[in-house]
Amino acid sequence: MTTRLQKNIKQYLKDNIGIIGALLILCIFLSIFPKTSGAFLTHKNMFNVLRQISSNLFLACGMTMVIILGGIDLSVGSIIALSGCVAAGCVARYNLPIFAAIIIGILIGMAVGMMNGVVISKTTIPPFIVTLATMNVAKGLAYVYTGGSPVRVVTKAWQFLGAGYIGGVPTPVILLVFVLIITAVIMNKTKLGRHIYAVGGNAQAAKFSGISTARVKLLVHTYSGIMAGLAGVVLASRMYSGQPTAGDGAEMDAIAAVVVGGTSMAGGSGKIGGTIIGGLIIGVLNNGLNLMNVNSFWQYVVKGIVILLAVFIDYLRNKKKD
Amino acid sequence: MSEKILLQMKNIHKSFPGVKALLGVDLELRTGEVHALLGENGAGKSTLIKVLGGIYIAEEGDIFIDGQKVIIDGVNTSHANGISIIHQELVLVPHMTVAENIFLGREPGKGGWINHEAMEKEAQQLLDDYHMNIDAEALVKNLTIAQQQMVEIVKAISYNSRILVMDEPTSSISDKEVEFLFKTMRALTNKGVGIIYISHKMDELEQICDRVTVLRDGAFVGTEVVKDTTRDKLIAMMVGRELTKYYTRDYLEPGEVVLKCENIADGKMVKGASFELRKGEIIGFAGLVGAGRSEAIKCIFGLTPGSTGNIYVEGREVKIKSPVDAMKYGIALVPEDRKQEGLFKVQTVRFNSTIEVLKSFIKGIWVDSKKEEMITQEYIDMMDTRTPTQEQLMGNLSGGNQQKVMIGRWLATTPKILILDEPTRGVDVGAKSEIYGIMNELVKDGMSIIMISSELPEILNMSDRVYVMCDGRITGCFSHEECVTQEEIMKLAAK
Repeated sequence: MTTRLQKNIKQYLKDNIGIIGALLILCIFLSIFPKTSGAFLTHKNMFNVLRQISSNLFLACGMTMVIILGGIDLSVGSIIALSGCVAAGCVARYNLPIFAAIIIGILIGMAVGMMNGVVISKTTIPPFIVTLATMNVAKGLAYVYTGGSPVRVVTKAWQFLGAGYIGGVPTPVILLVFVLIITAVIMNKTKLGRHIYAVGGNAQAAKFSGISTARVKLLVHTYSGIMAGLAGVVLASRMYSGQPTAGDGAEMDAIAAVVVGGTSMAGGSGKIGGTIIGGLIIGVLNNGLNLMNVNSFWQYVVKGIVILLAVFIDYLRNKKKD
Repeated sequence: MSEKILLQMKNIHKSFPGVKALLGVDLELRTGEVHALLGENGAGKSTLIKVLGGIYIAEEGDIFIDGQKVIIDGVNTSHANGISIIHQELVLVPHMTVAENIFLGREPGKGGWINHEAMEKEAQQLLDDYHMNIDAEALVKNLTIAQQQMVEIVKAISYNSRILVMDEPTSSISDKEVEFLFKTMRALTNKGVGIIYISHKMDELEQICDRVTVLRDGAFVGTEVVKDTTRDKLIAMMVGRELTKYYTRDYLEPGEVVLKCENIADGKMVKGASFELRKGEIIGFAGLVGAGRSEAIKCIFGLTPGSTGNIYVEGREVKIKSPVDAMKYGIALVPEDRKQEGLFKVQTVRFNSTIEVLKSFIKGIWVDSKKEEMITQEYIDMMDTRTPTQEQLMGNLSGGNQQKVMIGRWLATTPKILILDEPTRGVDVGAKSEIYGIMNELVKDGMSIIMISSELPEILNMSDRVYVMCDGRITGCFSHEECVTQEEIMKLAAK
């Protein structure tokens, strides 16, 4: 058993050596660079980074599966807005218990994801188009529901999920660890996980082996929706309000985390372990740029270049292997 | 082989839009028998197998196993009835391990969980049992094609099926592995497994098969006992269609050599092919799928980087590195798979007709629409293409008319050498005859044509000379005066 674990860890390091190296370099740089060395390596800042990346990694968990399947899910950013607003509304407008509001928020994400899944598995309409449509629908519904202005929640307990702590660790970080474990288990230990790789790698082979490709697609898109719903609720809790503008462009950050993490857009290959590193790189980078007081307009430029660089290094590595 | 009937397929019908693929086919397999399924390309072998595998559903006909009628309506019911299939095209997932591929869709483990260790152990055991030097944890994409094929075979065997179908399992493995495969097959038949074996290779059939069923054009021709029949008889059954009168060909004395190819090779499928083509001549390339005919042509047309050999156009040695070079020397290629390699289905007939000659009516940013229409009309008239307007979408034309537009497109480049790869595939009889007529006119006007075709009657009736290819090499050349038979060609093509 230990040899197997050792082997897996070895393989993990080997597969991700490039991005792990990049993350380490980034962290070392931020710890010694005069402008950031004081603030970066503090306990508080570390938790802050993790809290900030949790939403992105929730999305990235679903997105990894979707991309391995050979598809894409553009609707997740809008789901964040819709589920966050409705969950906040449940507490602020209808006085529902907080637990119920959280569940409703997640269910809304699940419903949108399921809708994606049904259309994608029953038709040959490309996932890009289907989720582009639901992205607009969800975003629109969030604006309709809120009338365009944030839904504020004054109930103190509402902040627990996004801004609270459990035993000194931020709640979203604990949730994130939990979600990552579930996702990793699905991908690596279950038949569904194998079938996701199979459908993405060679749909015909999967079909000939008796796998229901429609069922796999439906489940994966539903899962992606659930993850987005969760991210929406957590974000609404952290911001004390449901905002229709929340999650704008979040799908792109999630895709970036997945792709930087080494998952191929062509489908069939990729690991959730890589996505974690990808998400960390983007999160640490954002944090570092903030600590350096880099103008937020320039932050986009730097982020874009780093994404391209990370993928380019991966490309070179693969090219050498072939 | 015992007398006990294991599987019976009766009166199976299956059609696809525009094609009747199976017209009442019967097949009977006994326990412990290796039963060959023989027929030309497109005869319906793979379709029949896919009906048995639950990938296609037959419109008519019954399947009996052990005398009991069974309904096969999907891959899983096919497996449940003890059937497993090695498909002609490799169906493995490249990014997954050998073990994961072998157990795909039926992974060991309770509920939704996978027991990885059990899976790897079982898979390795299977591979070792069959003395295959393959690591169960290796990724399939890192294996050679031959190894991948062996994995497919192990996967199919591991279902412990009573009925095993092998669709050209030896297409890419070496003699040593074939020998091993046959040994495995014998071990399986001794246990009572029935095997349906599809192959073009006659000597394999004689070596391993008990009986053989021949299909032609989707219809059942007959079942023979292998040791009581002859190769010639089987070939006659396979190609036995009547030679009809719809060929037009006026043989004239061909002129000087316009194209000469020496030792064309691509390092894979083509292993040194030499041939020549004269002015006003049609040469036909006969052979089976995988013989390297289309690949040889692709080398000449500059589509295969790294191909070797010498090409002479009108006596001058030329280097052809891209289709642009080929067109410069007056060569045009109408590809084999028009849907994949030629057709813009969602564009108009006009767009499709003129895509190769844009230069002649677009100057800078100026498009001479009148000229474009004229060019399009010229070739619609010449080919007698039936389309309501030039704006009709290609996808809405029949196969025959699509092919006419494709040929017209290349004629618009005014080539000296026209290469037609399977020019009449998926084309109905009337349009076929018209295409033959056009070919005849073209060579009378001094063009030279290379035609690749899997339809022997077409090759024999249209060609001045026939080259036969097998396994990447030219194995024979006949002139039309020698009056060779289809059987003689098949002997050279199927080794």
